[in-house]
Amino acid sequence: MSEIPLPQIAKRVAPWWLLRHETMLALILFVALIILGALNNRFLTLDNLLNQGRLTTEVGLIALPMTFIIITGGIDLSVGSIVGLCAILLGYSWKTFGFPLPLAIAFTLVVGATAGFFNGVGITRLRVPPLIMTIATLALYRGLAEGISQARSVRGYPEWFYFIGQSDLFGVPAQLWLLLIAIVVAGIALDRTTFGRTLYAIGNNETAARFSGLPVDRAKLIIYTLSGLMAGLSAVVLVSRVTTTRSDMGIGYELDVIATVVLGGTSIFGGVGTIWGTVVGLAMIQLLKNGLALTGVKGDATIVVIGTVLILSTLVASLLQRRRGV
Amino acid sequence: MTATTLIHAEASPRRLLKALASQEALLAIAVIGLAIIVGLYNPRFLAMRNLSDVLLGNAYIAVAAVGMSMVIISGNIDISVGSLIGVLATVSGTLAVEGAPIIVTWLAPLVVGILVMAFQGAIIAYLRIPAIVVTLGMLSILKGGLIGVTGGKWITDLPDSFHLANIELFDAVPMPVFLMIVATIFAAWWMRYSAPGRTIYAVGGNAEAARLCGISPPRATVMVFALHGFFAGVAALLYATQLRVIQSTVPPNLELTIITASVVGGVSILGGVGTVIGSTLAAILIAEIASALVFTDVSPYWIRAVQGVLILITVIADILRRRRMARA
Repeated sequence: MSEIPLPQIAKRVAPWWLLRHETMLALILFVALIILGALNNRFLTLDNLLNQGRLTTEVGLIALPMTFIIITGGIDLSVGSIVGLCAILLGYSWKTFGFPLPLAIAFTLVVGATAGFFNGVGITRLRVPPLIMTIATLALYRGLAEGISQARSVRGYPEWFYFIGQSDLFGVPAQLWLLLIAIVVAGIALDRTTFGRTLYAIGNNETAARFSGLPVDRAKLIIYTLSGLMAGLSAVVLVSRVTTTRSDMGIGYELDVIATVVLGGTSIFGGVGTIWGTVVGLAMIQLLKNGLALTGVKGDATIVVIGTVLILSTLVASLLQRRRGV
Repeated sequence: MTATTLIHAEASPRRLLKALASQEALLAIAVIGLAIIVGLYNPRFLAMRNLSDVLLGNAYIAVAAVGMSMVIISGNIDISVGSLIGVLATVSGTLAVEGAPIIVTWLAPLVVGILVMAFQGAIIAYLRIPAIVVTLGMLSILKGGLIGVTGGKWITDLPDSFHLANIELFDAVPMPVFLMIVATIFAAWWMRYSAPGRTIYAVGGNAEAARLCGISPPRATVMVFALHGFFAGVAALLYATQLRVIQSTVPPNLELTIITASVVGGVSILGGVGTVIGSTLAAILIAEIASALVFTDVSPYWIRAVQGVLILITVIADILRRRRMARA
């Protein structure tokens, strides 16, 4: 994690407690690790932690562009549906169109980016509020996935394809490398580039950003397209891991992704947030899930905890912000 | 006298045109037009039995859309309602199986619905957390909680008297349709003519202006969410009592269908505009389309995509219309 530059630029743009928020979160994470490790000796093993990294990659890949989006004060609820649509099209283009698998993967990524671009066009050109635009495409993309797949699943991919989702590279799950690279790129883009600073400016005051001559619409178009692209990539990783495609893949991802980002200290009101925080948030959510699973809580009940975490972390952030008199 | 008649006569074609161009009229035309077109393709679609099944099976969506419309008009959103309906149906069904008096099984979902929604409204209004965060969180709490508590088991052996949806008033009007019509007309009237009803539009149109007029926007928000919870309770009751079993899981994507009905019904997503008559007509239209897909041999798996397209078209049309009005 040491590759991630500390958010020096954000320090000036963002309020003072931001860094403390993430430090606090990292501390809580550390304590949680120890407690969960003490409760269950299967938890704090390298195997388990790496496996958790494998499981969290799909959400993590989407959480990075979602951090960008929430920093601008926007939201993207359609990511789970884009995962479903992309997964279906990966299987469909390979099996029914007869695309070679590498081409099918490229096609899937293009579809994801296009789906995100379509969101971005609606939001920037037609000025549809992001919430409404992406609720509409949440229905539309899931509908397309259901319609195209006709509830049939595709299996039997060539063996090499499972490398992405199931094998190890230098002792670490293969897809985790993908996530690490994405984290570094996203971290640098947000901290060290004009593009990243533009996102903070939009979130703090969109009108001011516009009058300062910043390319507000172009930046927004880019981040929503990126969100779709990463959802497409996430779909490829997911299909490779679970070896099948179904139209209900990715349902509920928006909850995990948004909870991750908000828990990581990104303000739902925009203008504040870091990739570093999102990474800690991601680790916390996954360890929470894993810890609950190990103590015998069933999968469905863990979303209760994540929903609670989402509301509470927003609440705490908003109270802190208000105390500062914002 | 003649002069007024003349003016009236002159004005009436334009007024007629304007009335026809309203969202409600367009939806009514779409409902009837679609029935005729599909009926020509496959006359069995127009069988009384099919039409009444479509209406009976989907009345609960129209009822829930009444509350959703109020929420959206007030400038908020709620995506937890689908999960809430699942929970309320289970609460009601469980009470019925446990042998609670029927009136209790019918009232409990209303009370619980009001409480849950008012609670959410209070968090949104007084702690100023965006509605999407609160309702997304609540969606997962309710959904996960329901599966966690029931283990996904279905509720069976419901007493006969529990089945509210099977009651026919005067041996002619089925209860779901009756409740749908009453809820729609009452809510439409209340929102148009009563002072609290008008505050919903005022807050949604311009919360700051409403505040300066002496309206408390937070109080209005809590009121709207409480009402939304009430209608969700009625919807849950219709949903729970129409079949012999209650699946103790949340109907998938129910909230999307309800939001689609509200938005397609002409409720502006920017707040401040819309009627519940439109949303009820839209709920009927969506149910009709779903049935039409079956009768025209199109796979029903396309219904969600059709909903998505409908919602997009209405939203974009609404935004373009507003932009033109702002320019004029």
